[in-house]
Amino acid sequence: MANVSIRNLNKNYENGFHAVKDVNLEIRDKEFVVLVGPSGCGKTTTLRMVAGLEEITSGQIRIGARVINDLPPMDRDIAMVFQNYALYPHKSVYQNMAFGLQMRKYPADEIRKRVRDTAEILGIESLLERKPRQLSGGQRQRVAVGRAIVRHPQVFLFDEPLSNLDAMLRVQMRVELKSLHERLETTAIYVTHDQVEAMTLGDRVVVMKDGRVQQVGEPLELYGSPANKFVAGFIGSPAMNFVNVSISDSGGSLWANAEGLRLKVPPELVERVRTQVGGRTTLGVRPEALHPRTGADPAECCFETTVNVVEPLGNEILINFRAGGAPMVARVDPAVRVKAHETIRLALDPKRLHFFDEASGTAI
Amino acid sequence: MLIERKWKRWFYFYLPMALFIVFTLFPFYWMAVTAFRPDAELYRTWRQANATPFWTLHPTLENFRGLLQTTAFPHWLWNTMLIATVSTLISLTCGMFAGYALARLKFRGSEFLGTAIFITYLVPQTLLFIPLADIIRDMHLGNTPWALMLTYPTFLIPFCTWLLMGYFKTIPKELEECARIDGATRFGAMVRIIFPVAIPGILSAGIFAFTLSWNEFIYALIFMSSAELKTVPVGVVSELIRGDIFFWGQLMAGALLGSIPVALVYSFFVEYYVTGLTGSVKG
Repeated sequence: MANVSIRNLNKNYENGFHAVKDVNLEIRDKEFVVLVGPSGCGKTTTLRMVAGLEEITSGQIRIGARVINDLPPMDRDIAMVFQNYALYPHKSVYQNMAFGLQMRKYPADEIRKRVRDTAEILGIESLLERKPRQLSGGQRQRVAVGRAIVRHPQVFLFDEPLSNLDAMLRVQMRVELKSLHERLETTAIYVTHDQVEAMTLGDRVVVMKDGRVQQVGEPLELYGSPANKFVAGFIGSPAMNFVNVSISDSGGSLWANAEGLRLKVPPELVERVRTQVGGRTTLGVRPEALHPRTGADPAECCFETTVNVVEPLGNEILINFRAGGAPMVARVDPAVRVKAHETIRLALDPKRLHFFDEASGTAI
Repeated sequence: MLIERKWKRWFYFYLPMALFIVFTLFPFYWMAVTAFRPDAELYRTWRQANATPFWTLHPTLENFRGLLQTTAFPHWLWNTMLIATVSTLISLTCGMFAGYALARLKFRGSEFLGTAIFITYLVPQTLLFIPLADIIRDMHLGNTPWALMLTYPTFLIPFCTWLLMGYFKTIPKELEECARIDGATRFGAMVRIIFPVAIPGILSAGIFAFTLSWNEFIYALIFMSSAELKTVPVGVVSELIRGDIFFWGQLMAGALLGSIPVALVYSFFVEYYVTGLTGSVKG
């Protein structure tokens, strides 16, 4: 059991590509941390540096009190689950799980006991004699996880372990991984490009882009107060709507203006948004912060628009429309009756508006 | 519609297939028929009334008896077996390590080295035997099995290295990364994980190397001079063609016996061999 501390971590490849830039991360003991970001954002490279599979260009990684920069993978006391499972095809499930213990010279009966216990936790006792090619995708996934946990390592590393599974199984395995982590109480670093996985699994989520950490926080913190436009757009599905607006000051209050839109900036944001008066700003609205106008909504939070496409999903309806010169989505109650090409009045929740600096993307 | 398709299938598939089979197997058939044919039938001309060139009326083992009693054929067979096995083992061992290094280790000049090894394979033996003969003489290896066991790897190692390098590249690198995290050294991961997984590739390289050295002619002809030290291909040709007299029956009997071991090796490993050339490994 150990904390992982990453300080000023950098990775430069020989071809000049700077994959990881000054990453700092303190992962607490027993914490489940998810690195998430689009492909090429440096999340997998960071994980592989923790594993010892990539050389560290500069910076330091500690597991517990030990600096592990120059330790070979075998001496780091970690276990890793790979995207393609990387099961040894010539070994049975039992041998796959026992391999790490055999390499570490555990006594035979201890190995047998640990493999049996782990197989029981994962429900794969009946598969122990099979070869990996005789297993389904979900079973392989379980064996790969079993091979990692059987060693009781200090840290688990997961490199997109669910992305080769079909959608149904992915949801199921996600829940299993989460409860497994609660049961084992081992520090885990998990890499994924899927923000839903990141939000559901992570105690904390690290959003990365272009080799830099954009924001670190608990899932709801990232969702509720994203640090910048990238995080705001990346977390949440459908994504946050963005409209470029100009801020004007009239009658003592601030207004955000765009084509066909004139919205009052809520008083709690006025202080911060005032710096943007006369300039251009990006307004962010989550799809669920939009709803058809009711009598209770003040006029300065409403606008009129024409519906493009309606997506009835059952538990909710997604309404696609254009406003302020940008495509937008509203997520509304399924009881709302709207048709395509209909003109509707929508209101937005003033407490859930986000403003971003247009040039830097930083939240205001 | 259905009839037309059936016709097409016969024309485009079965007919070319049949022609191909006849074309490739006829020499073997001819060899087998001739090996069991008595001289009286062998030297009967085509115009004679009872000529049966495509089959034998009175099969005989006379040619085999002559081959085994009047020549050193059993020695040749043993020599060929020994030399082919040893040179295959040497080449396979070197090829496995070299192939792994070229496929996996990133070092300066690894690309160049891979190409260079392939180019050495392209140098024809008909040129290479001249300097090699010089070396063999200087090392006093002439007329010993070592002359062949050590020279065959000069073309077998590049071949094995190249074939195995390609095969190792198809093995997901996560397998050995996982093994290294599991507690193996790089060498341990190679020996315990990569080599066992690469068995189909290693076997096909081995079979090819074995066949190439079994059939090798030039080096065997030049480096071996004593009759009982020769290999099958050289022995059969040099001892059974005397002047302008061809002992066809014995020649064919020798060729038949000489190809049996190779055929056995092939048929024994055929499954591995096919996946080794066509398949790749899934993790």
